[in-house]
This record gives sequence, structure tokens and C-alpha cells, in this order.
Amino acid sequence: MTERKIRVLVAKPGLDGHDRGAKVVARALRDAGMEVIYTGIRQTPAMIAEAALQEDVDVVGLSILSGAHLELFPAVIEACRERGITPDSTIFFCGGIIPQEDVAAMEQIGFRAVFGPGANTNDIVKFLRERVGAPV
Amino acid sequence: MSPSGDLQTRFIQGDRRALARLITEAENGTDTGRAALRALYGRTGQARTIGITGPPGAGKSTLTNEFAKALRARGQTVGIVAVDPSSPYTQGAILGDRVRMQELSSDTEIFMRSLASRGALGGLSAATLDVIALLDAFGKEVILIETVGAGQDEVEIAGTAQTTVLVNTPGTGDDIQAMKAGIMEIADVLVVNKADLPGADLLVSQLRALLSLLPDRTWMPPIVKLVAIENVGIDELVAACDNHWEYLTASGRLRGQKEERVRHQILNLGRARLLAGLMDDAEGGVRLDELVRAVADGELDPHTAASEWVGQEAPA
Repeated sequence: MTERKIRVLVAKPGLDGHDRGAKVVARALRDAGMEVIYTGIRQTPAMIAEAALQEDVDVVGLSILSGAHLELFPAVIEACRERGITPDSTIFFCGGIIPQEDVAAMEQIGFRAVFGPGANTNDIVKFLRERVGAPV
Repeated sequence: MSPSGDLQTRFIQGDRRALARLITEAENGTDTGRAALRALYGRTGQARTIGITGPPGAGKSTLTNEFAKALRARGQTVGIVAVDPSSPYTQGAILGDRVRMQELSSDTEIFMRSLASRGALGGLSAATLDVIALLDAFGKEVILIETVGAGQDEVEIAGTAQTTVLVNTPGTGDDIQAMKAGIMEIADVLVVNKADLPGADLLVSQLRALLSLLPDRTWMPPIVKLVAIENVGIDELVAACDNHWEYLTASGRLRGQKEERVRHQILNLGRARLLAGLMDDAEGGVRLDELVRAVADGELDPHTAASEWVGQEAPA
């Protein structure tokens, strides 16, 4: 009863419908004992921020393959901020097709990690466990 | 001010983040959660609660989505609690009910929370009643509770919600399935979803025949045909739930139902507390291991072992 579960929101902003990566990550986190709220595809920044608020998640993971991350990811962070959810209190990470030259910009706006194609799901699990610092 | 008190103050002021956080605390059974429930419980008792259950894939989430929209259209605020199963092996969970409720997240008068069942077997989670209490205290007028995809025996919802809606779909078995004991008996409103599929009318007639065999009741569950994904028949469902509500209030059944619910909750919490007491006791854990070996070796039967473990005389 009193054990602390890591809750993760996995969301896909924007218009691409390629959700295989998001689902693989969601499944890997589930198998690592986390509770994963999956939103489905084509989410607006406001929808993602609302879900993060209502679900009181420790972590928000975004996946995008359309190339619109430079526009959409800051908008998600901003929508979360408007609701009092900041990168200081909540861990943001992202993945998908994000060119190396954009990684610094992602980190700049608050993403703690960027996992691209070929990333090992075990590394994602390890990263989250260390960052959330909760027993699993 | 203590963190707990601060959260409570913000909760009372209508801060939705405080509500979200207190739900987490209640779900985790923390002192903060307990303190909040104690302080806020006096604000509960205003909301109507409607449970939605049925087998996996019957359309519970889609129906909940449409139901919530219909309630909002007539000006009521809505809380939604949606439970999905935890893995029995890793205790992890994928909570996917939001996928069917995407359009609700633009309405701040709807608060939707996904819960993992965390090992509870009745189709809900142990903390579901606490989460409902918090949504109620927050001022949500109607609370929809969607269960885990339920088979035949997940009937916990009937002791949790004031009105229980059972969602069926055509093509899932013959009338003997419907005659079995269990989930069919707990419905206050029967829904035949996906009513555009072949077999819908047959299912309706089977359900009607089944209902005719029930002993005389003061409330006869209506059967509502609908196609949730096309928003066909939702108004009829809302009306059927309203009728059941009127029945509960007019008959005085509401109070009796509440006392049954609270009694059940106290018993469950008491049982959990006693068991936790035994498990937390280091000596109790060691003795349990010894008893497990003794029973596995055939030296003791499980009933005697259980009596010894809880410190009772074994029955003669």
C-alpha cells in the first residue's frame, strides 16, 4: 500500500501517427514496474499538459517523428508551466527523430535526456529510476 | 503550514494540482493522504457515482467519454476514475483509458484520473473509494468509475457506485453465459453496445428473458441499445441512470446502500490493517517462513498453520 510507484506520461504531440517507438518505451517502463499513462497520438500541448496535471506524474516522455520538435516541445513545456508543472519538479525526456544538433536546444528548455533511434530501453529505465530516485 | 495542510487549503480553494497530488498520496496510503481524507471527508456525500463495467473491449472507455460529454452538455461537472490492470509479475501497468477520452482534456470541469489495480482482484483498486471521496469533496457533481475489463466475477463496482452500468456486446456467448451467477446480477442498467453489429437484437431478447426470471424486485434494470462511438443512444443511457437515481432517492435505498458500502470499506481496511500488522512484525515474517516449510513438507495442514500464525488455538 505504501510503496511509491513511478508514474510516467507517454505522449505524442503533433501530427505524425508513428507510435511504435512510444509504445515500445511504454511497454518497457511497464515491465520495469512503472505505471505508464499512454495518451495516444496527435496530442496538442494543452492536452498533454492537462493529462500531466490530472495524473500527477513524476515523468513526462514525449515522442515525435515529424520533425516539429523545435516548435512543439517548447510549447508542451510552456503549457505545463502554465499549470505549475516545471522541469524542476517533473522529469521531461524525449525521443524520436531529433537531430544531434537539436539536442542541446532540447536540454536547454528542460529535457533531461534525448533518446534517439537505437536507444536501449534498459538505459531509459535506468535513467528514470536514478532520476526519480524511488524504490522500485 | 505543514505540506499536508497547505495541500488541503489549496484543494479547498479549487486548485486542481492539489487534488491530483492528494489523489497520489491517498493512493499510496501516506500519512499526508490519510490526513487529507480525514480533514476533507465531511465535504463528501454530494456527488452521484456511476460505475461502468463489462468485458475488455466492450467499449467502456468510449462510452465513458460520451457519457461525460452528455453530462457536461447539461452543465454538470464530472470526475472520472478509470482503472486498468497492474502486471501480476512486475506490478507495472499501462493505463490506456485516456486514448479514448482525448477530447475531454480540453474541458477543465472534467477531472480524469487513471488508476492501476495494484493487485486488487475485484475490478477496481484498493484506493478507488478514497479517490472517489476526493473528487466528491472537490465538488465534482457526477463521478464515473470505469472498471478493469471484467469477466464474470469482478463485482466490486456494485458495492462502490450508486448505479452500476454493465456494458455487453453482441457475439460473446449464448444465453447460458448470461444465466451464470456473478456480474449479470449486479447491473442496475444493462447496455448493449455496438448495437449496429449482427446479433444485437438477439442479445437484447436474451437479456430480457433473463431479467424476466429475476425474483420480483422494486427496480427492474432497463436495457439500453447504443453505439457509443457514434454517440447513438447515449441520451437514453443518461435517462436510464437518472431514473435509477430517482428510484434510489424515492425509495430511501440510497442511505441503506451507503451504509453497506461504508461497512464493507471499514471491514476491508480493518482486514488490511490486521494483515499489515502481522507482516510488519519481523517475528511474524520469520514464523510465516517456518510455517510455509512445515506445510510444504506435509507436517502441517494450511488451516492449522494459519491459526498458529495469527496466534489462535487450532480448532480441535
